[in-house]
Amino acid sequence: MELSNSLGLVLPELILSLSGLVMLLFAAWGGDRLSSAISIACCVALGAAFALVAPSVCAGASGPDTIAFFGQFRADAYAGMAKLMIYAASGAALIVAPRYFERLGEMRAEYPVLVLFAALGMSIMVSASDLLTLYIGLELNSLSAYVLASFLRTNEKSAEAGLKYFVLGALASGILLFGMSLTYGFTGGTSFAAIQAAAAAGEMSTGMLFGLIFVLAGLAFKISAVPFHMWTPDVYEGAPTPVTAFFASAPKVAAVVLLGRVAVEAFGTQADAWRQVVIFAALASIVVGALGAIGQQNLKRLLAYSSINNVGFLLIGLAAATQAGLAAMLVYLAIYVVMTIGSFAALLLLRDAEGNQLETFADIAGLSTTRPALAWCLLLIMFSLAGIPPLMGFWGKLVVFWAAVEANLLALAVLGMAASVIGAFYYLKFVKVMFFDEAADRVKGEADTANWALLAICAVLISPIGYLLTGWLVSIANTAAGSLPLAG
Amino acid sequence: MLHIIAFYLFAALVIASGAMTIMSRNPVHSVLWLILAFFNAAGLMVLIGAEFIAMLLVIVYVGAVAVLFLFVVMMLNIDFAELRAGFMKNAPLGVVIALVLVCELVLGLGAYRAGIIELGTPSGEVLLGETNIAQIGELLYGRYLFLFESAGIILLVAMIGAIVLTHREQRSPRGHQNIAKQNARRPEEATELKQPGIGQGVEL
Repeated sequence: MELSNSLGLVLPELILSLSGLVMLLFAAWGGDRLSSAISIACCVALGAAFALVAPSVCAGASGPDTIAFFGQFRADAYAGMAKLMIYAASGAALIVAPRYFERLGEMRAEYPVLVLFAALGMSIMVSASDLLTLYIGLELNSLSAYVLASFLRTNEKSAEAGLKYFVLGALASGILLFGMSLTYGFTGGTSFAAIQAAAAAGEMSTGMLFGLIFVLAGLAFKISAVPFHMWTPDVYEGAPTPVTAFFASAPKVAAVVLLGRVAVEAFGTQADAWRQVVIFAALASIVVGALGAIGQQNLKRLLAYSSINNVGFLLIGLAAATQAGLAAMLVYLAIYVVMTIGSFAALLLLRDAEGNQLETFADIAGLSTTRPALAWCLLLIMFSLAGIPPLMGFWGKLVVFWAAVEANLLALAVLGMAASVIGAFYYLKFVKVMFFDEAADRVKGEADTANWALLAICAVLISPIGYLLTGWLVSIANTAAGSLPLAG
Repeated sequence: MLHIIAFYLFAALVIASGAMTIMSRNPVHSVLWLILAFFNAAGLMVLIGAEFIAMLLVIVYVGAVAVLFLFVVMMLNIDFAELRAGFMKNAPLGVVIALVLVCELVLGLGAYRAGIIELGTPSGEVLLGETNIAQIGELLYGRYLFLFESAGIILLVAMIGAIVLTHREQRSPRGHQNIAKQNARRPEEATELKQPGIGQGVEL
């Protein structure tokens, strides 16, 4: 009885893993001829998982009915909302990929399978309510990601990106494991409920604090928060662009949501112990993300710094350590995912006459005269990332800062706002180069319908039209944040 | 009494051989010391009644280290002639370690029969009268089923990754010969007749 209940709760994960295994068989026997069919099938599997998760999010599933496998797995609305974003972002990474890889003659059937397994890992991550589940999910996602980063194996930069990501990721995993073992040793349990009870029982012991800090450091690496961000620009630049789009969206969602769960669910009663760490990481990420991007010529590196910058804003929501803060974080995440996918879809459309990918500022000079539609879409996305009012990016920042102000973190909100002005500089530089510079006229590649469709959807969602969805988004984020089992 | 002696012997040897692992200059010696450390750790596991973990230590670590040893030998480009010359010099060390292992095996078995060290009551529900292996199996395939199966998928992904990054499509041994293309070739496409004027080169 218990087992069938649990299996019912992990049904989306079961679908993903079983379809991944079946697709792997097709890939092994059919070879690379089948890769586009497998891509479509994987998208269908992600869609099915999405459809299964959606009702529980709308219903705001919470409480003991959502606990599976003896408290190791929790399929509540909080996890559900993250899963919706993860599945959507993974689907987008599958849609933009075939065109890119086919031109390089590197489209292989394992790509969609690996993306599917990465999505499975992230799905386990966000549902983790036990340190063991957390680690298993994280590793499943990371291992797939290392392979995806070096998927263009003949390309030196891609191989370098994979190796760098692997070595530093292994180090971060070691730090995380060390923190987890300390936490287990000093609280006597691996489940979040047990840790919550032990942390609430009294003063936090030094050992427990050490464990907490190490766990936070390990997770900060995964979300590339400063000071654990060094790998991000290199990996984002070297990895194939569709993979970069994937890295910047889905794993970020998973790791941020997981961080929220660890901080607020497991250590929620000791918020003062981790708040200063999160505040430091938030401000440092915003500043470093903004300053680091200024000198960049490569657009992928620039977007890497942009993602570091955005993680800072997400952490401001987390630093509030309230349900409102978590809800704000989820809202910002949703908007961030749309903006990121949009910007990478636009980046993938920048091709020269031979179909080579263009990725520097010099290439997009004067884009507005040669490709006005693309330039306007990019303008919309960049203004939104900079947080300029009528666009959704502004609203996301507003919600996050509002949560911080309500949690009596006025200074943090003010500093964050001031730092976001620095970030606006390079987003505006994007627009300046596209609209006011001499036309370089290098973007000549023919348009790709799937990419354009994705870009158009993202552009519409972040344009003022997207405000029609805000009521719905906020109510979902609130029920999702409310489904977390908080102490006291 | 016996298992107290055995405990201190094993514990001291774990620490000593661990120290020797990082202190010896010869990588081959390091590996030998490491194997000794693993054996002693396995002995400690036997003493607290975790014979399954002890077996795993011996099979996985000592087995894996043997493979590692091969890698070291292959990668460090060790001169085999020199190694053979040094064999007689190293032989006494190897014999000593082997003797220590044999003595420990006997001692460990004796201590195991004398009963396990009681470290306290185990927490959680323990199935009384079940062997170690049965209890671990009960947990892995019961309580931790989900995590166990997910760990299996992690290993699968690692395998896919290794294959994706290294496997190359086999080309035919005769290179890129395309027989249909060769047969379809006609003399008029392949050759061209020119009539060069006197004193001038051929214009191609």
